[in-house]
Amino acid sequence: METLTTLPTVEEIWTWLDAVPDPEIPVISVVDLGIVREVGWNDEELVVKITPTYSGCPATSVIAHDIEQALRQRGIETLRLETQLSPPWTTDWLTDAGRTKLRDYGIAPPERKVTDGPMPIRFQRQQAVECPHCGSTRTKRISQFGSTPCKALYRCQDCLEPFDYFKCL
Amino acid sequence: MATEPLFEYLLRLGDNGLILGHRLSEWCGHGPVLEEDLALTNVALDLIGQATLWLNLAGQVEGSGRDADQLAYLRDARAFRNLLLVEQPNGHFGHTIARQLYFDAWYYLLLQGLTGSVNPQIAEIAAKSLKEVDYHRARSSEWVVTLGDGTEDSHDKMQEAIDDLWMYTGELFEPDPVDQALLADGIAVDPTGLKGPWLHYLETVLEEATLALPKASWMQRGGKQGVHSENLGFILADMQFLQRAYPNATW
Repeated sequence: METLTTLPTVEEIWTWLDAVPDPEIPVISVVDLGIVREVGWNDEELVVKITPTYSGCPATSVIAHDIEQALRQRGIETLRLETQLSPPWTTDWLTDAGRTKLRDYGIAPPERKVTDGPMPIRFQRQQAVECPHCGSTRTKRISQFGSTPCKALYRCQDCLEPFDYFKCL
Repeated sequence: MATEPLFEYLLRLGDNGLILGHRLSEWCGHGPVLEEDLALTNVALDLIGQATLWLNLAGQVEGSGRDADQLAYLRDARAFRNLLLVEQPNGHFGHTIARQLYFDAWYYLLLQGLTGSVNPQIAEIAAKSLKEVDYHRARSSEWVVTLGDGTEDSHDKMQEAIDDLWMYTGELFEPDPVDQALLADGIAVDPTGLKGPWLHYLETVLEEATLALPKASWMQRGGKQGVHSENLGFILADMQFLQRAYPNATW
């Protein structure tokens, strides 16, 4: 653990947080995921506001713990984590870097922007999801949910590989 | 007590998600296919997550130091405020899906209304939950269409489930003094006003599913006021066992 002589800047803290991986999808950081909403000094106390992805996501408490640990290792002693529900998290907040990392990792990033309105009755009418392996859009949904609440399961009908799709929320 | 109707109202919101989430979690390891097992339990996870938000807020409003866990695990059946619909058994897969469609279509509209609540905490939990419920509603609607407009057998089973659960949909739209007290303050949503849009949505789905809307019949009521069917006691016996047998156990 480091000992700090001066308080680090907010920019430095963002850089540190960008090195904290998401516990479920370690290829992207908690910053890429858009769950760190605000970082700021309140006198000598550092306040970090985070927002949950899905209400019941079991990773939420792990993420809070990881963030706290990472900052303490950097020498931050007075720290407060706050949960912020509003505005609700959306996949629109995934950074471009995050989207690229997801695709490279084999997870298709979200296609539909949530501002499009309510879901259609039949999922099949939705926009095709691009295969992260071969780029084909001839893909088929296998399941509306995958290994975590934020993903669905797809299969590519060209390269025949199955893949996870990071759903829009 | 000024906060009493608000506490009641929040218990209703929280208990619906908690009890339906528990029912859905009973499918874990029993789903008809692996993908459905995952989907049903993920919907359960969302609903239980939302219930945690509602019940923590309820505990905060009550001001006696109870949190979501204490409200979930240490209340008896008569103190639960969930709708009768959500405590109905899973039945066959069609029953689970019919129950889900009725609930999702209603909850979606309710949450949409609650995003405009003058209580900012209610509005933000509603906005958060609405996005998840949008996906649930699309999923249950799609299943009703797939099974209704499927084989003769799946059609008949889906129609049976839609008919069997119809009698539990009445209380979704019946206001009582709790609703009325909060309506005046702009905190709650008038359940009467949800009926038209709910029916309209349901008719759209059922038509596509080649299923018939059930005929008007006697409606069961009482869940919102704590008068439950025999099912709730069994659910609580299962859900609360650990905390009752080993008080304050944590892991």
